[in-house]
Amino acid sequence: MQKQLANWGNYPAVTCDEQAFSQDDQLQAVVAQHDAIIARGNGRCYGDASLAVHSISTLKYDKVLDFDVQHGYLTCQSGITLDQVLEIIVPKGWFLPVTPGTKNITIGGAIASDVHGKNHHVDGAFSRHVTWVDVLTADGQTIRCSHTENTDLFWATCGGMGLTGVITVVKFDLKKIETAYIKQTQIKAKNLDEVIRLFEEYKHYTYSVAWIDCLQKGDAFGRSILIVGEHATTADLSPKQAEHPLQLPKKSQLTMPFNLPEFVLNTFTVKAFNWLYYGKNFKREITNVVPYEPFFYPLDAILHWNRGYGKSGFVQYQFVLPMDQQSGLVTILKRISDKGWGSFLAVLKVFGQQHDLISFPMEGYTLALDFPVRKGLFEFLDELDELVLQHKGRLYLSKDARMKQEIFWKSYPDAKRFQEIVQRYDPKGKFRSIQSDRLLLTKPQ
Amino acid sequence: MSTVLILGAGSDMAVAIARKYAREKYNVQLAARKLEYLVPLQQDLQIRYGITATVHAFDALDTASHAAFYASLPVKPDQVICVFGYLGNQETAQDDWEEAQRIIATNYTGAVSILNIVANDYAARKSGTIVGISSVAGVRGRQSNYMYGSAKAGFTAYLAGLRNRLYHDGVHVLSVQPGFVATRMTEHLALPPLLTATPEQVANAVFSAAAAKKNVIYVKWFWRYIMLLIRNIPEGMFKKMKM
Ligand SMILES: Cc1cc2nc3c(=O)[nH]c(=O)nc-3n(C[C@H](O)[C@H](O)[C@H](O)COP(=O)(O)OP(=O)(O)OC[C@H]3O[C@@H](n4cnc5c(N)ncnc54)[C@H](O)[C@@H]3O)c2cc1C
Repeated sequence: MQKQLANWGNYPAVTCDEQAFSQDDQLQAVVAQHDAIIARGNGRCYGDASLAVHSISTLKYDKVLDFDVQHGYLTCQSGITLDQVLEIIVPKGWFLPVTPGTKNITIGGAIASDVHGKNHHVDGAFSRHVTWVDVLTADGQTIRCSHTENTDLFWATCGGMGLTGVITVVKFDLKKIETAYIKQTQIKAKNLDEVIRLFEEYKHYTYSVAWIDCLQKGDAFGRSILIVGEHATTADLSPKQAEHPLQLPKKSQLTMPFNLPEFVLNTFTVKAFNWLYYGKNFKREITNVVPYEPFFYPLDAILHWNRGYGKSGFVQYQFVLPMDQQSGLVTILKRISDKGWGSFLAVLKVFGQQHDLISFPMEGYTLALDFPVRKGLFEFLDELDELVLQHKGRLYLSKDARMKQEIFWKSYPDAKRFQEIVQRYDPKGKFRSIQSDRLLLTKPQ
Repeated sequence: MSTVLILGAGSDMAVAIARKYAREKYNVQLAARKLEYLVPLQQDLQIRYGITATVHAFDALDTASHAAFYASLPVKPDQVICVFGYLGNQETAQDDWEEAQRIIATNYTGAVSILNIVANDYAARKSGTIVGISSVAGVRGRQSNYMYGSAKAGFTAYLAGLRNRLYHDGVHVLSVQPGFVATRMTEHLALPPLLTATPEQVANAVFSAAAAKKNVIYVKWFWRYIMLLIRNIPEGMFKKMKM
């Protein structure tokens, strides 16, 4: 059926015919039926990567096929969400090896975007933890690939935004945990220089992320809170928590019922940040033990917070710059804060070493913030793109909805090799999205 | 631990029902024509909910095999849920007896055949619950789907009679008339969101209605009133409507 579809940023919205499947033969039939199609998970990429005239929803293809509780391996179909995976593995003492800032994404989406978490500098991106992936390719064959088998397909699938085919079944490894809690430390940083120094100082922590206040100027430019954490051991827990160390207390969820004018969200985040910065966090450093959910998924507590940006939607701008390009970080952040169009908060993370074919992460700093769609925005972001390029950085395809094709080709050094592999497995360009057509990774029809 | 048998376990609605019962710590017997459709679900239920799930080949159309199928179950289920159904194509069925027959046989005779066997067993044991997923399409024949509707109407009447008979043996029968449900079977239709239930809503409703020994339920409450309205349109008017 034709319907209006948009991903998390509510931009762009397109008319799409989306079909679902729950069995392999149904998937094969749908893929065979169309000349142009793209897999769609839970639509948590922000832009147009999983949008096309025909998309195929993986959400009903969500069965867990094997859970090796002893050694920590999970084998599952690609449409299962991280949320469901956590419900299964946490009570048995296991955790996701890598998780993005929301648990409402599918395993297929985790691989297709090769997602990163707050532990990238220690554990790499999701693909590092994948044992093997089955991919249904354009000719109807399902091919197993891994770090050692059909490696070209594997590296083009991890971070490949669905262009090699539909990821069907995945086996990946899990991380052992003693408790469902995180021992976190929040540290205040007066400005950008200080927070970068702190990242360096706290780099032995498994998880780290900083929230930057984008409104401050002068000495306080880049004022932020760095949050680092480790999985808590039973010894870290309070007696109450220790009664059921692997179970979380019941939580409630707020829902954003309809689209709000964007200033509401900004006012809300300003208040929240100030509350943290000046309020309970008045000491420079504070350590406590919290359930894993607010630590990893603070935004998931407000269902549909994206509607807070209003009807025209928003784009998230996320780039990475190499370690030696910190001056670029300052330049770009200054441009953003001078313009005053971005969200009040930006998220800063550090990436460890990774050189993949097409995945986003590279060793360096990554910054992400939201921009409500408005007149003139895309021209402004084009200017930022040039700065990112000058500083040898690149943009995250999973957040992108508007990058010009030449920026992509100049900033992803292996784009050509990636495209060759895609064409080897899909000579007619069956798997394509609005994004892949826009970036000329596939030939627009 | 109780056991539930799900007949027609390959559909979206059946998956949701199986997960609901498994979450409530029922062992689950999955029955459908294609066993390969059921194996991933079997693993999924066992891993997620720590219950025992088994798979069984069952073809609603092959009525001759039904007695042997029921006899072969490793344990007799405490609850049987008849989920299978076939929407078919109304227009094709008007010209093509094969299609018409398939609609009737799947939705009516096939269901009657297997539930007769279950009913006799439950009557003898003086316990058990039978759930039949029928349809609001059975309330009144409409030009757009009266083949399906009439078969479901027969099934609805069958369930009502069965309820009446088995009441005296302490066996409960629940009729479920879900309105629109968002599944693969209906994904090509433009269903009004307010009136459309998710498979999970159907599953929750079935589970609690069976536990509370309700007789007839319509997953979303306003369907009861919609059907009341539809039932009461005078035939003279109804026949002139295009629906
Ligand atoms: C609040 C929030 C926080 C986030 N934080 C992070 C973060 O910290 N780190 C990070 O890396 N990302 C982050 N993301 C982005 C998100 O993790 C990715 O966009 C992810 O890929 C979304 O997965 P999805 O299942 O929703 O897939 P979709 O958004 O539907 O699709 C994303 C891409 O995956 C492809 N795809 C999906 N399933 C399949 C499949 N089965 N086979 C082949 N291709 C497939 C699609 O074609 C598309 O190219 C965040 C998103 C949100 C909304």
